[in-house]
Amino acid sequence: MGKLVVKNELITKENAKELISLCPFGAITYDDNKIEITSACKMCKICAKKGGGLIEYVEDEKARVVDKSLWNGILVYVDHEGENIHPVTYELLGKANELKQVTNHPVYALVLGCDMGKSIEKLLYYNVDKVFVYDYPELKDFRIEPYTAAFYDFIEKIKPSSVLLGATNLGRQLAPRIAARCRAGLTADCTVLKMKENTDLVQIRPAFGGNIMAQIVSTDTRPQFCTVRYKVFNEPKRTNEPSGEIINMSIQKEKLISKIEVIDTFDKPKDIDISEADVIVAVGRGAQSENMRNQAQKLADLLGGVIACTRPLTEANIFDAKRQIGLSGRTVKPKLIICLGISGAVQFAAGMKSSDCIVAINTDKNASIFDVAHYGIVGDVNQIVPMLIDYVSEAKNV
Amino acid sequence: MNILVCVKQVPGSNNVKVDEKTGVLIRNGVQSKMNPYDLYGVELALMLKEKYGADVQTITMGPPQAKDVIIETICMGAKCGTVLSDRKFAGADVLATAYTLSQGIQKIGDFDIIICGKQTTDGDTAQVGAEIAEYLNLPNIANVQSVDEIKDGKISLTASLDNKTVKMLVTMPCVLSVDGDINSPRLPSYKVKQTVCDDMVKFLSFNDFSDQNENNYGLKGSATQVERIFPPEKNSDKQMIQGTFEEQAQTLFNILESKKLI
Repeated sequence: MGKLVVKNELITKENAKELISLCPFGAITYDDNKIEITSACKMCKICAKKGGGLIEYVEDEKARVVDKSLWNGILVYVDHEGENIHPVTYELLGKANELKQVTNHPVYALVLGCDMGKSIEKLLYYNVDKVFVYDYPELKDFRIEPYTAAFYDFIEKIKPSSVLLGATNLGRQLAPRIAARCRAGLTADCTVLKMKENTDLVQIRPAFGGNIMAQIVSTDTRPQFCTVRYKVFNEPKRTNEPSGEIINMSIQKEKLISKIEVIDTFDKPKDIDISEADVIVAVGRGAQSENMRNQAQKLADLLGGVIACTRPLTEANIFDAKRQIGLSGRTVKPKLIICLGISGAVQFAAGMKSSDCIVAINTDKNASIFDVAHYGIVGDVNQIVPMLIDYVSEAKNV
Repeated sequence: MNILVCVKQVPGSNNVKVDEKTGVLIRNGVQSKMNPYDLYGVELALMLKEKYGADVQTITMGPPQAKDVIIETICMGAKCGTVLSDRKFAGADVLATAYTLSQGIQKIGDFDIIICGKQTTDGDTAQVGAEIAEYLNLPNIANVQSVDEIKDGKISLTASLDNKTVKMLVTMPCVLSVDGDINSPRLPSYKVKQTVCDDMVKFLSFNDFSDQNENNYGLKGSATQVERIFPPEKNSDKQMIQGTFEEQAQTLFNILESKKLI
């Protein structure tokens, strides 16, 4: 915490120019022979470090102080729809158990719901010390106000130091609401979590579309909230014996009121938002035969992914336009994209080149798809894909 | 009916790099644009205005030049807009940003619906909408797919949870965060642009707010601190998989399995 002080008596036209160019956020302006720092400032302090003493960073008193010893435990919010617990919950319990090695804090799980029955006991196979349950009809459907109220009730009573939520649609709504109620820090979509001995949670997340990684801490507030996407951490092995205890929590009913009424819920049709998919099998002109398309679909099904295509295939009415990747179609960023028989025109590459892992199979070794691919195979998709399908289905059956 | 849409000015491109020696962010160009996700929120507000009759205003927080995005929303059809701008707001994280916006919103007036985009392209957190709702003590619904009807002070709408689509009835006032791609945002009108005048864009700063405690704004009001920024690990260079078709398929499978992609 602090502020930037400009020594305007030392500012000249020349060094003002240099200061302006130092700031990555364009927050330094020069007017009337005076340097001003505008509200675009992100307090990166680069101007103080590199500005040759023209701008000084002045530390001031901390706005907040927290007694960290009063906050104990690593909490995982149990993401669920009815009796189905979202697997991200288990991944977070695994990570919580890694984090507790440093501070020896207990691992907690929090369930907000109604009539979850035996499904809660599943949590006891993941090394959790205590599972806290709020079981109320008002919590049957996810509605923000009663869920936040019960969550806040828990935090006031148990005072966990760190709180981990899955970055599901539900977790992404609940986390900011509860974090704001606690006036506490929240970091979205962490990809790395580490624990310091003083119980500060080190949260690393991509910023600027993944071009930069940011390491974030909340040193003066508790709890420390973060969300993590599904499949970022590993799911731990289920233990043979259950451990830990289930504790029923109570809250005054008046706190569970809501201005939202859930009228109806529908299962989502299993369909085609290719931009949401984690795995994509994309086919181009080199894989447009009916047989090859069936193979590609089979591979996509095995990998839990979707099938997508290049522009010529939608123009030929082989695929719906919703499946087209590229500048005139969708932009995708899956964890894995397998490009079959795609030459890799710039317009296509622009729609998929930030994918985490790009595999390309093409007979033409000069195809530009190999410029963006992480793994390339020069070969015939008709030969290789069936073999790949065999390997994958064998692995999935084990 | 009064509708407010929250918008943000974001960098024109995410193409930034970290200078590995100095740790300084290098941005290519300083162009900025309206956060594309916000366009769907503005369009929804304008569609509601056309159907039910409403005043549509917009709000943003940022440097003085953020007024450009407010003007863009006016050219799309909003009546007027507000820029919250003050050095005291600088360095704000989600908590302080949402608090500042909620202070600004309370200052401007009463709204029946506050609409936010799903997320921004620079912060990418999708958290500000829900935190604004908390500070204003309003119900909030995220991932809104459509507003189906507004009647008797209640909105019936469709929102998306992870595996489910949910139909809900929410009492106004409320905060809605809308998904991308739910409508086709209209283009700003050139004609309107000729008529935009200064008093359509209002500026508010710290001194205008009811909460005069500086510790709730900007860096001081932020709970999170960025300890450091660094470039992501580079993708290892392209690997061409050699061998017979059989061997290539096997090697590819092994790689995908070891990367937990299978």
